[in-house]
Amino acid sequence: MRFLLDTEQRAFADSLDAILTAADTPSVVRDWSRGDVGRGRALWSRVAEAGVFALAAPEAYEGMGPLAVELAVAFVELGRHAMPGPLVETVTAAVLLAGLDDAGPAKRLLPALVAGESMATVARAGSYALDGDTATTRLSLTADGELRLASGHGPVHPSLDPARRLTPLRPDGGLLAASAPFAHALLWARLATAAQALGVGLALLDRTVAYVRQRTQFGAPIGSFQAVKHRLADAKVALEFARPLVLGAAVTLDPADVAAAKVTACEAAYTTARTALQLHGAIGYTAEYDLSLWLTKARALRTAWGTSGECREVVLSGVSGGGRRS
Amino acid sequence: MKRRQQKQRTVTVDLTLSPADEAFRAEARAWLDAHVPAEPLPSLETEEGFAAHRAWEAELAAARWSVVSWPEEYGGRGVDIFRWLVFEEEYHAAGAPGRVGQNGISLLAPTLFDHGTQEQRARVLPSMATGETVWAQAWSEPEAGSDLASLTSRAVHTDGGWLLSGQKTWASRAAFADRAFGLFRSEPGLPKPHQGLTYLMFDLRAPGVTVRPIGRLDGKPAFAELFLDAVFVPDEDVIGEPGEGWRIAMSTTAEERGLTLRSPGRFLASADRLAALWRERGQDPLVRDRVADALIGARAYQLFTYAAASRSAVGERLGPESSLNKVFWSEYDIALHETALDLLGEEGDRADTGWSESYVFSLAGPIYAGTSEIQRDIIAERLLGLPKGRR
Repeated sequence: MRFLLDTEQRAFADSLDAILTAADTPSVVRDWSRGDVGRGRALWSRVAEAGVFALAAPEAYEGMGPLAVELAVAFVELGRHAMPGPLVETVTAAVLLAGLDDAGPAKRLLPALVAGESMATVARAGSYALDGDTATTRLSLTADGELRLASGHGPVHPSLDPARRLTPLRPDGGLLAASAPFAHALLWARLATAAQALGVGLALLDRTVAYVRQRTQFGAPIGSFQAVKHRLADAKVALEFARPLVLGAAVTLDPADVAAAKVTACEAAYTTARTALQLHGAIGYTAEYDLSLWLTKARALRTAWGTSGECREVVLSGVSGGGRRS
Repeated sequence: MKRRQQKQRTVTVDLTLSPADEAFRAEARAWLDAHVPAEPLPSLETEEGFAAHRAWEAELAAARWSVVSWPEEYGGRGVDIFRWLVFEEEYHAAGAPGRVGQNGISLLAPTLFDHGTQEQRARVLPSMATGETVWAQAWSEPEAGSDLASLTSRAVHTDGGWLLSGQKTWASRAAFADRAFGLFRSEPGLPKPHQGLTYLMFDLRAPGVTVRPIGRLDGKPAFAELFLDAVFVPDEDVIGEPGEGWRIAMSTTAEERGLTLRSPGRFLASADRLAALWRERGQDPLVRDRVADALIGARAYQLFTYAAASRSAVGERLGPESSLNKVFWSEYDIALHETALDLLGEEGDRADTGWSESYVFSLAGPIYAGTSEIQRDIIAERLLGLPKGRR
């Protein structure tokens, strides 16, 4: 029993933090939201070079995974910096491809995903693909469980998070597998989403703490008022209890643990977003203030890859779902 | 993370217990299966129930299960925090009785290990382990609750000891307990209220002590007021140096309460029972999310505790983080019990069920051992770095 990140894992988080800080990620997000994806792609390559996507792919396809703990560590950082793009979807695609009986599609598509040369998105039947207009590898799961390489995308819908664009995928395209092991890929999708949401929540808390320390009203920093402090304390409690669930889910990859992490991290991030908005007041309600980049992402991640209700259902259907014999 | 290094790595985050830990679990489970009373004991907060729980402590102690984390010389097994957590998981899963000695075991004993003398440990701990001496806590006073450092009960030095005078209140277990521990003002008039306090142990049956039991919400005498009138306490019952009481009390509360005041095993067992009740009652969709949240919260608390124990095991101090813990479990415990009573419907209105007894107990959680408001101030000021303000 040693439920702690080691120094190398912490150093990995620090190195990603340095890359994302140096890139001035908020301005990259602004570009991406306008459809100008050049700097976003460049940052994507640097993130890939740091090994993020390799964590989801086995060595046979030039990855170094599967390493779910390191992946979760990475996604917390990606969330903290509001990194744009189909990050979770690329991980999900990597796990899907690596899990096919036929190694052909993975050999063909996976090394480019690992290297950051291509970007993947994934849509289930009847759902949207994130950034299907920008992604270069579009995987479509049909209602019959087939996996297809979609030839293109349908109409582009905006998300409440301006950095996300939602598109259906064309139902045609080459058949990659008649039956894709989606359940396993879904675990990775939920884990990555949970970690990303945790990062989003941590960033919202940090920014709000900084704001209430310097914002003065009635002759005192508003952060000295109990009504303000206690909301932030509750956000801190929510995030600090989501954190071990995310790490634990990465260790066990048990469906109930992963679902618990997803619902808890996403709810904690969303609660923190509400608190951040409230405590910033009117400035927080503007699109121009950078806080909005995280506020809108916290909303989007809450329903990405499984709503809280769906995840709670998984927890209840688990054999123990957190009981002592688990 | 460079690929060359990465390929060499082994998994270092580890949630598995060693075979020796698992053997310990099996031993605990076997003993509990054979000894836990088939019928629940009467309420701990009644005279009859107190006596029955005291007898249970003796049974636990005879098999050395009452204080597993203590050194063997005091009746323990010297196990580490992880085995303590394992024991607690088994203890609560087995539906074993509440611990009447909890105040002494989780608050006074750690203080004695850190700040007491060898003589005090040898004198106090063995009878605490067997339940022969049950300890009450005597912190709050009528005018000193959340602002504990403003307390005014006096300890005046006299020949060979101290004379305690004043009034303590909300003294948990004091209605039936034997001895108590708390803080007393030994040097009044110092510039700051937390200066000049002394940590003392005293006998609840000593001349000058009057105990007036107080009925909690359901009327059971779970706590008491203590009136002290020149109660003599020998010097040997001072813990640490006179005047250092605040530092001693706080160092123990921050470090120990974070991990050991409420074990995850308790909530894992309650959540499992709640889920079983929900299934038994037809899986009411209207409370489905709340049942799921009880399971999730128990797992979160378990993993949070494993992480805290892991940090503690590598020598990190926990400090104000224990406030996160307190806010979480106290709110969680109430929500879980509310869900159970809602599920029970009309049955939930009955006061003579296990769920209603533990519901009443849970309601006190956000109030004692530092209210949730005090904990949130600590989180905001000491973990988030927000400026101090008026309370």
